[in-house]
Amino acid sequence: MNFLDSIGLIPLFPLFGALVMLLVGRKLDPQTADAHHHAPKSKFLISLLCPGTVLLSFLFSAGAVWQLVDLPARGHLPAHTHQIIQFTWLAGLPFHTAAATLARFTADFGFLLDPLSSVMILVVTGIGFLIHVYSIGYMAHDGGYYRFFGYLNLFVFFMLMLVLANNYVLMFVGWEGVGLCSYLLIGFYFHKKSAADAGKKAFIVNRIGDSGFILGMLLMFSVLGTTRFLDVNKALAAMSPETHFGVLTAMAVLLFVGATGKSAQLPLYVWLPDAMEGPTPVSALIHAATMVTAGVYMVARSNQLFRLAPDACLIVGTVGALTAFFAATIAMTQNDIKRVLAYSTVSQLGYMFVALGAGAYWVGIFHLYTHAFFKALLFLGSGSVIHALSGEQDMRKMGGLRKKIPVTYATMLIGTLAISGIPGLAGFFSKDEILWQAYSHPHAWFRVVYALGLMTAGMTAFYMWRLMALTFYGESRVDPKVAAHIHESPKVMTVPLMVLAAGSVLAGWIGVPKLWSMFPEGFRTLETWLAGVLGNAHTIGEMQHEPNTGLEWAMMLLSVAVAGAGIALAWNLYQKRTPAVEPLQALGPVYTGSLNKWYVDEAYDVLFVNGLSKGGGTVLSRFDQKVVDGGVNGAGWLTRFTSTVSMWWDTWIVDGAVRLTAFSVKMSSYPVRIFQTGSVQAYALAFVLGVAVILGYYLVH
Amino acid sequence: MHPITTLHYLILSVALLAIGTIGVLTRRNIVIILMSIELILNAVNINLVAFSQHFNNVNGQVFAIFVITVAVAEAAVGLGILISLFRNKETVQADEIEILKW
Repeated sequence: MNFLDSIGLIPLFPLFGALVMLLVGRKLDPQTADAHHHAPKSKFLISLLCPGTVLLSFLFSAGAVWQLVDLPARGHLPAHTHQIIQFTWLAGLPFHTAAATLARFTADFGFLLDPLSSVMILVVTGIGFLIHVYSIGYMAHDGGYYRFFGYLNLFVFFMLMLVLANNYVLMFVGWEGVGLCSYLLIGFYFHKKSAADAGKKAFIVNRIGDSGFILGMLLMFSVLGTTRFLDVNKALAAMSPETHFGVLTAMAVLLFVGATGKSAQLPLYVWLPDAMEGPTPVSALIHAATMVTAGVYMVARSNQLFRLAPDACLIVGTVGALTAFFAATIAMTQNDIKRVLAYSTVSQLGYMFVALGAGAYWVGIFHLYTHAFFKALLFLGSGSVIHALSGEQDMRKMGGLRKKIPVTYATMLIGTLAISGIPGLAGFFSKDEILWQAYSHPHAWFRVVYALGLMTAGMTAFYMWRLMALTFYGESRVDPKVAAHIHESPKVMTVPLMVLAAGSVLAGWIGVPKLWSMFPEGFRTLETWLAGVLGNAHTIGEMQHEPNTGLEWAMMLLSVAVAGAGIALAWNLYQKRTPAVEPLQALGPVYTGSLNKWYVDEAYDVLFVNGLSKGGGTVLSRFDQKVVDGGVNGAGWLTRFTSTVSMWWDTWIVDGAVRLTAFSVKMSSYPVRIFQTGSVQAYALAFVLGVAVILGYYLVH
Repeated sequence: MHPITTLHYLILSVALLAIGTIGVLTRRNIVIILMSIELILNAVNINLVAFSQHFNNVNGQVFAIFVITVAVAEAAVGLGILISLFRNKETVQADEIEILKW
């Protein structure tokens, strides 16, 4: 079977599942009061269909990637690249580009499978499938089971459209689609006000980023005349930073603004921690496999453009490093288990952008890919903890769960070690590569980025171990009522955890650093596989520097040591004995600030919601009242005034003339009517006299 | 003994016309006014018949017959109007019936 020509089907399977769920799902899962206890048989069909469609997508993706490996270069397509253009989706009018050549505004409905999108579809469908399976157990007792799976499938559909699209416009469709689905899923418990608000917040903050994406896309149209990835790259090949400095930088920065919204970077990251209001599998899906990776994917997809805009790359790297550092400081003090993980996600995404900014695009994708495993694992594990504790999310009310839920504990331990950067696990390879790329970047500023990244690595190890210690070690602080019900999650939830734990251990071994020369080339598959699309990272990094093996080893040891120090510190503070009060409180105002997320939400509230939005609204309403209404009222007054004048004219001049005529006729009638007496005999006398006169006249003449 | 000439007829006719006209103009009772109109018509008849004999032409007598016939019809219609008028106004005095004015 030729999977390559059926890549168009990959997104369609989840779409089918979503349509079935949203159109007839209610029939399969009647929302009756006792449905929680007596689940109808048809609910089983949902559990089969929805993960099934994603599994089917995964199998087709795997088949397509398998065949892609052997695909030679054909015609204008390079090797390992397959493009299908189904039809022209938006056919617009011809126009002149900035370079005065004629172009046509078109967007295909087409798919592009190349090494970059192959990694993405495998992550999306693979991790997505595991999350679907997990949700069967996690959501079993929740209302709206069919709705949940419908949204989940729709999410996967849009994400696959995003990564498989062959042009920016179609990519934007998926981009907006995942935004919509995140709104639906974050606000899944819509009867809870905070959840509904969080959904709206995610949607609105994403819109701000999207405006940048749209502008960048339009700029691309007007400069390059196309948005098809392969054609854009071809057009960019003819440009250089010297001749097109400003416009290329503007384009790259605008696209990056879109990425900051979707991938939760400063200053638009605020929606992501609030997204914790959704069910936990949703957090896993949004933060690990889909949605937030979209921005990273988009920047990596535009790598040719970013290569030509070094200033934009500097911005990307700086924003990434600041986000990583900033989010890590907040994660250190949060008490909600999911919020720690949420800020951790923001922080890890910052790492990815550091890699992208440093020009090491494949490393960014590498971290995206390893992060998908261990972050999905951590989220699903925290979901399992929450499930065991009947919905408790506050880590201060956990503790000592290690023995009670051993599978969850073991898998989460692996995830924690992986994200902390312990050698041998997935997170180590990608994070260490990012730090090395940042350090070896020729631009001096990237030393600062590197320092921030290194500190973040220590903080990551610290807050992750703090989470582990507070949750699984020490004495139990669980509410006694809840403690009676603690139970390990069912198999349908723990098996995905185990698979992801295996992934968190093994996934990194396809990107082993060059330094470890004892491993054969096969352990460096990912870089060579992505090199066709993303180029060789070392073109920038190592042109100036001679490979310095000793320095690289030292760097690696340093980052491991920093991670180890973080873990040791957390161990001392939280694990040796359960602290009565939060030990970080010793930091005073720093602790308070971090606990309150540095008051960013409040600042945004003052600046934008109340300031720019409501204050601006007040100004606008004043303007409306005084100027716009004034104009309208003035026009109304003028109309009334002229109508008064015209009414006066009508009453006194026009009507006056008419009535004067009538009056004069009436006046002249008075003398005449004396003769009309009504008396017959008077008339008869008049006859007779008249006759007499006439006769007299004749007689005389 | 003088023979009766046409002139005598004419004098009689003029006398009747004068009496009738004065009656129409001066009397207030509508019945009397109608009778006075009859006098005027008869004055005309006498005139017609007199000239018919005078000119030895029968046309005048034929006209007289017509006038008598029309006078009868006129009297009938006039009395009918009078009765209807009396029912509404309860008077037959011509000077009290003067509503047909401005």
